[in-house]
Amino acid sequence: MLIDGRVDVKPDNSLMHRVNARAEQQVELCYHCHKCTAGCPVAQEMRFGPDQVLLLVQLNQQDRLLSSRDIWLCAGCEACATRCPNEIDIARVMDALRQVALAEGVRPADTSSVKFHRLFLFLVEHLGRMNEAGLLGAHKLWTGNLLADLGSGAVMVAKGKIPLVPHVLRDRAGMRRLFSRSLHPAAADSGAEEPGP
Amino acid sequence: MTAYSYYPGCSLHSTGREFDASVTAVFRALKIDLVELEDWNCCGASSAHSVDRDLSLALPARNLALAQAAGRDVIMPCAACYNRHRTAEHELQSTAERRRRIEATADFEYRPSVHVRALIEVLYDTVGPQALRELVVRDLRGLPVVAYYGCLLVRPPQVTGFDHAEHPTKMGELLGALGAEARPWGDATECCGGGLTLTQPNVARRLVTRLAERAREAGAQAIVTSCPLCQVNLEMRQSGRAERLPIFYISELVGLALGLEESKAWWRMHLIDPRPLLRGVGLMARQAAG
Repeated sequence: MLIDGRVDVKPDNSLMHRVNARAEQQVELCYHCHKCTAGCPVAQEMRFGPDQVLLLVQLNQQDRLLSSRDIWLCAGCEACATRCPNEIDIARVMDALRQVALAEGVRPADTSSVKFHRLFLFLVEHLGRMNEAGLLGAHKLWTGNLLADLGSGAVMVAKGKIPLVPHVLRDRAGMRRLFSRSLHPAAADSGAEEPGP
Repeated sequence: MTAYSYYPGCSLHSTGREFDASVTAVFRALKIDLVELEDWNCCGASSAHSVDRDLSLALPARNLALAQAAGRDVIMPCAACYNRHRTAEHELQSTAERRRRIEATADFEYRPSVHVRALIEVLYDTVGPQALRELVVRDLRGLPVVAYYGCLLVRPPQVTGFDHAEHPTKMGELLGALGAEARPWGDATECCGGGLTLTQPNVARRLVTRLAERAREAGAQAIVTSCPLCQVNLEMRQSGRAERLPIFYISELVGLALGLEESKAWWRMHLIDPRPLLRGVGLMARQAAG
């Protein structure tokens, strides 16, 4: 950018600072040896791959990254974190990028994953445990992908592997408090949470 | 009598029913008490850590509080649950500030008195392959398999740490003690894409089919796992022209080798029926009904 006829070269690191804070990592340590990408099981499906995702964080390429499918493709297998010579947990960096994207309301490239995670956590918040029938059914309705895996789903219901009646935790109030303290720490501190049992 | 707390996790009450049934049957046979944690909650799996780090630590921390109150180490057969709870344990032991933050959200005071254990860890480090070998009544000779760990039992190593992160050996040694032939292969810790199986089924299909190919190349006729997410993904997403490989839980093969009658009920729950293979290698009577 030109300011008073001079080039302002002060780097903007705001994305990296936010990602580092959320992931408790130091993305600036990456010197691009590509070891993470070499061992990544989903790199071939990605547009950038793990190494270039780190590069784009270093270069503050917020728009490209937060709207990319790559950040939702990470399988969380931690092969990158295990092998990184600079001990960067890249899977956690991917998590941090997802969190920044959600916090900033960026329209995700992969809405199926976002809907899956939201439904999963909604069920855990209100039931305390996962209910596969609820998760799969609601995810189908929400994504409009009604026919996927219908056959194997039916077989699993027949084999008693997808219980139709959910188990509900006794300590539901505790569960909701845990969610509100985690997701809205300020509100919980100011006494906005409901009283305990 | 040794006793452990038991955390089955959500999968072992649904898609991994045979894992739950075989784990509990095997520990009964080993005369080790498993006491299920009262009112345990879901660990949040990959959804919690994708969305919020505090939540991803508070959910397992609530279960650690239950285990601490029960006063026994807790066995977590599911690799994903094991990994999330070990991560919370690791973070609780990292800095005082992090510990206070987790304690505040999960509403408890942490004491490092009880620990989270993986199934293979307990079978290997506490029971031991030699003791197991002496209990075998039906040798699994003639059953060539590969030991498949997947990701979450061994990575990241500073969080898991009961076996080698790149070349783990304990599951293979346990299988050897049962008489099975654990073939060497290079994909024991390659990811199957289980976390993507519903949202990116094509990615999961590619990873699973490649794993099955590599297992076949190694001469295996089945894959053995200790993770319910791997197991269901490997059963659901194998494709290609080759015949699909059955996917066993390690606890099912221990139960079979110990001669447990209950084992017959487990095979019916599989999406890929392992009974033709078991009959073929003489581990099941050919005329067996069902």
